[in-house]
Amino acid sequence: MAMEITQVLLAAQSPDGQVRTAAESNLKQFQEQNLPHFLLSLSAELVNEQKPPESRRLAGILLKNSLDAKDSFRKEQLTKQWVTVDPAIKSQIKEALLTTLASQVSDARSTASQVIAKVASIEIPRKEWQDLIGKLLANMTTKETPASLKQATLQSLGYVCEEVSPSDLEQDQVNAILTAVVQGMNQAEHGFEVRLAAIRALYNALDFAQTNFENEMERNYIMKVVCETAVSKEPEIRQAAFECLVSVASIYYGVLEPYMQTLFNLTANSIRGDEEQVALQAIEFWSTVCDEEIAIQEECAGADEGNSVLHFRFVEKALHVLVPVLLETLLKQEEDQDQDDGMWNLSMAGGTCLGLVARTVGDAVVPLVMPFVQANITKSDWRSHEAATFAFGSILEGPSVEKLAPMVHNGLDFLLSAMKDPSSHVRDTTAWTLSRIFEILHSPSGTIIDQSNLPKIMTVLLESIRDVPNVAEKVCGAIYFLAQGYEDAGSASSVLTPYLGNIITALLSTADRADASSNRLWSSAYETLNEVVRCSNIPENANMIGQLLHEILKRLGQTMELEIVSTDDKERQSNLQALLCGVIQVIIQTLNGSEESLPVILQSADQMMVMFLRVFACHSSTVHEEAMLAIGALAYTTGQEFAKYMPEFYKYLERGLQNFEEYQVCSISVGVVGDICRAMDDKVLPYCDGIMSVLLKDLSNALLHRSVKPPIFSCFGDIALAIGEQFEKYLPFVIPMLQGAAELSTQIECTDEDTEEYVNQLRRGIFEAYSGILQGFKNAKADLMLPHAGHLLQFTEAVFKDKNRDEGVTKAAVAMLGDLADALGPNLKLLFKDCTFHAEFLGECFQSDDDQLRETATWTQGMIRRVLVS
Amino acid sequence: MAPPPDHRLPIKRAAISDQQRRREVALRLQADRRSDAQNRARQLASSVLSLGPEPATEPEVEPEQEMSEASGQLAGRSDLDPVRAARLRGPEVRKWFARQLMLPEWMVDVPPSLDRDWYVFPRPSGKRCFVVSSNGTTISRLRNGSILHRFPSNLPNGARTKDVSGPASSYSILDCIFHEPDETYYVIDMVCWRGYSLYDCTAEFRFFWLNSKLSETGASDPPSQYHRYRFNVVQIYECNLAGLQASYSGQVPYVKDGLLFFNKHAHYQAGNTPLALVWKDNVCSQYVLDTDSKGQIPSQQQVVLELQNDGNLTTSDDPPVALGSLSRDLIAQSGLRVGNLVRVAIKDERMRLVDGKLDLGELQLVGKTNHSRAFADTYSKVLFQHAARHAPLRIEDLVASIQSNSSMDNSQALDVEMEG
Repeated sequence: MAMEITQVLLAAQSPDGQVRTAAESNLKQFQEQNLPHFLLSLSAELVNEQKPPESRRLAGILLKNSLDAKDSFRKEQLTKQWVTVDPAIKSQIKEALLTTLASQVSDARSTASQVIAKVASIEIPRKEWQDLIGKLLANMTTKETPASLKQATLQSLGYVCEEVSPSDLEQDQVNAILTAVVQGMNQAEHGFEVRLAAIRALYNALDFAQTNFENEMERNYIMKVVCETAVSKEPEIRQAAFECLVSVASIYYGVLEPYMQTLFNLTANSIRGDEEQVALQAIEFWSTVCDEEIAIQEECAGADEGNSVLHFRFVEKALHVLVPVLLETLLKQEEDQDQDDGMWNLSMAGGTCLGLVARTVGDAVVPLVMPFVQANITKSDWRSHEAATFAFGSILEGPSVEKLAPMVHNGLDFLLSAMKDPSSHVRDTTAWTLSRIFEILHSPSGTIIDQSNLPKIMTVLLESIRDVPNVAEKVCGAIYFLAQGYEDAGSASSVLTPYLGNIITALLSTADRADASSNRLWSSAYETLNEVVRCSNIPENANMIGQLLHEILKRLGQTMELEIVSTDDKERQSNLQALLCGVIQVIIQTLNGSEESLPVILQSADQMMVMFLRVFACHSSTVHEEAMLAIGALAYTTGQEFAKYMPEFYKYLERGLQNFEEYQVCSISVGVVGDICRAMDDKVLPYCDGIMSVLLKDLSNALLHRSVKPPIFSCFGDIALAIGEQFEKYLPFVIPMLQGAAELSTQIECTDEDTEEYVNQLRRGIFEAYSGILQGFKNAKADLMLPHAGHLLQFTEAVFKDKNRDEGVTKAAVAMLGDLADALGPNLKLLFKDCTFHAEFLGECFQSDDDQLRETATWTQGMIRRVLVS
Repeated sequence: MAPPPDHRLPIKRAAISDQQRRREVALRLQADRRSDAQNRARQLASSVLSLGPEPATEPEVEPEQEMSEASGQLAGRSDLDPVRAARLRGPEVRKWFARQLMLPEWMVDVPPSLDRDWYVFPRPSGKRCFVVSSNGTTISRLRNGSILHRFPSNLPNGARTKDVSGPASSYSILDCIFHEPDETYYVIDMVCWRGYSLYDCTAEFRFFWLNSKLSETGASDPPSQYHRYRFNVVQIYECNLAGLQASYSGQVPYVKDGLLFFNKHAHYQAGNTPLALVWKDNVCSQYVLDTDSKGQIPSQQQVVLELQNDGNLTTSDDPPVALGSLSRDLIAQSGLRVGNLVRVAIKDERMRLVDGKLDLGELQLVGKTNHSRAFADTYSKVLFQHAARHAPLRIEDLVASIQSNSSMDNSQALDVEMEG
């Protein structure tokens, strides 16, 4: 194609929308008509020094986007496309990319190095482009190579290491990369840019250096060079060197010991005096060491003595010097400290690290921090006061309750009075500290809050919730955890009853505040309201919660009247609706726990349903989800009555089930189908054709998130149980799906916990599906399941033998065995005689601590015996 | 300002994230309810019917004998045949049944909105039982789970006759009182009909269904060859003045034993429930005061309680309420074991109501109860019996409560004060 691609690439960046759109569609057409040629033209554009930098840049970006995508399905497609391109063309493209590294234009060099890594990520695992590393290294060893090429080459090496997995490179290639990179860090030989590229490349290469780090000489050498680099004169390079040390601490904790004295001095100096970006990394080093030691302690907690995991207790050993260094950082707040969640500066990083230290060493941190707290908390300057409060709040998790309780007791009054401090920084941190105290130390049986101080606490919180938005948000947190302490406390939650009205009123007016810059404050207020509702004593407060329901419904109605002109308005409306539907959901769940309060919901059921339908009509996925959850709760409560809502609700349910892109929505909609089946029983029948066809389509969709599959299978069981023999017509579609999934579940390799859990969920879903079908067919159509009995027993046996089987699967499998015996009866006599694993399986269940499991197993045993003696 | 590094959460941040929590709670509830629904299907459809004695021709055996006989046979022969296998589980089946009936509490004070939310009807005197019809047989079981009758009936699948209306294995379960004098089952509730569970339906719906379905089957016809006993529906009234009056003093074809009150919105719930209440006085019942094992009304109130392993004596409520205890020596002397039901006498002057809680004072052991007794008394029964001897809740109190409701709408109903 003789198309002038340069012009098109420039036009695609034109400020004129029409020109841009035309150019974009031109490029798209080109790409679709002849992909290899398209890619080749782009690489030719990128390499050509005569072309404008703008067109070269875009050419590089388009190349990159033709090789990689965030979405894993799309990425797989792109990989397949590249693999099928003619090798001769691919080799031309790769040659052009390597040549571009030597370009005078830095943009072109840097884009090329990224594209090289993308190609490498496809080809190196396939054992192609084996000379790439060699060619790149050649750039480094040739004497006359210009610095710009060396820099681009090191960048490429770094990106390649980032993209490919360590197992795909040979050890000699790794050695050569490390050598090149370490040489690139040599201060005497190289300028700033090469050294920066080298230390950044080393960061990406650390994962590959397993073998090198096992060898003491090589390890010493690498550590020496990194430590030297950490005191380079340029701050960017020092920062990158500390980033490497952070990574080393996380990957190679086990070999750190000989270097710790040096590393302590380096980091302490940096934290005390270096520029902020460097000091932050130095603090991060210690946070990472804490992470490692916390993980080791958690691992050892359940294990026997003589554990092989190395635990050097670096934090404990450095405690006396580390804690003072961290405490100093707390005093380095910024004057106009931004109160956003993402706030990250020296004092925040220092407090975060101090919190991790407390979790690592427990009680030992307390005597080192308390003198600082006592010395500073009464000082009049806000920095000292805030830092002391922050220090105290940071160490509340980790030390024992016995150690902390007396101090909290003595300090609580002071903290409450500090909520009136003139500095909003102080009030913010004080409110946060109160919420941490309630979160971590308060329980109905604890001593932190009692009748003597609760009135005062409530007075202060209800006053301070009117403070500036960032403080008010922290106060919401404090109320949330205060209430949470009474959750599941039975009558103890009555303690809150005298305050409930005021708390609800305060939260509702907080949610109304116009001065909040973002919707975070409303959101905190409503979510706190949820917890307050959950923890309120029902039926004592049923009427009040009923009134709240009316207020929330009124507010939900008002969101429909909001004027929507911008996408921001739309988003605001959606968020608000989501929050309000969330509150309604919690109210329904809370009130339907008791017969006395049930009528409160039933009286408003129509009104709620009308609101939910109006919310759906506003189309927003998050709202969709919250409204769905609320409807599930409502269906459970109304039971058969729900049938009258179905004609209107069905289309939204179907839309939710079809929304496989937003899998949470899909998954929740599937759950709601279950709720509806249990509520309506066979009255759900008229909707089953529609529901089943969407669910079957979902299962056949390669793009469906895997986590939705298990709930869909369980849902088949719910439907079958509800409609009984009417499920027959779906059987020819459902059985192959279940069998396919069962087979898949035995083939998936469980390499990690997530996969293990997924396999368990999948199997549980399969068993629940069969249980529902067997029970549904039992009275009339049980014979239909006879041909599948053999497969089911084999599958159950395979599951029984799987050592990764969890309790949920066990329960579902045992119950299904019983259902099978129950439904098919004497027909199974021979099958059950031939396979004997069930006796062993049931034996295992009888040993369980779980009453429900033992009960189910007893029942199943009865069913199987009945078959065997028939 | 640079954001924190990946994986590093700032310690000071808004701590609440409720949405994920709501999602998790919803999923957990769904899973629990699914397993409840499946378990209910399992128990109803299978354990009830299939684990019971299988063949309809099996001769009737008295429950207590059945247990000892069965275990004796087990020792003698090692192989199992279905009849004996089923019999071996006899006690289990009985235990299961014993837990399924909805048991009214005794009315010790008048519930609010009696006239709006409740039904009332005169309770027939007789044996409370569950009647199950399926696979061509009808079986009635007493409250302790033992079989009362096995017989053919016009209930769905209740006899081996051609029934075109559904699969033979679909079952129906009725809650009845068997009235000896006219050998009639008076149906007071319907739990399942043709395999369709009514557990989760309100009383309002269940009674409607009961009235319309039972007559369709011919179950109320006079006895015949394939219909051994007649099933009659009890007339149920709205609990307004007229309904209460009719129940209390109206003529019924059976011997009355007090009044039953059902909350209209309540689901069928196994075990004791405050949403069904029983009340009686001398006008509408011959048996207001409990009799002892000899059928005499003792001079002191007697109570049946269950002996726990800590020596405490408890009611059959869930959770049980401890009303007193026996000393170790006494337990050993009288040869009592944990789980035994014992009859104790209360010294009236010692019994107190303190803050709404019952204090029985000193208990006097009368003896063990006879074998057919399955349960201890409930707390509400003890209270009612005590009140009946001292300051009974009178029909006038019920009438007054209804009148005050209709005169001052929306106000709280008057609770009738009880004195200890």
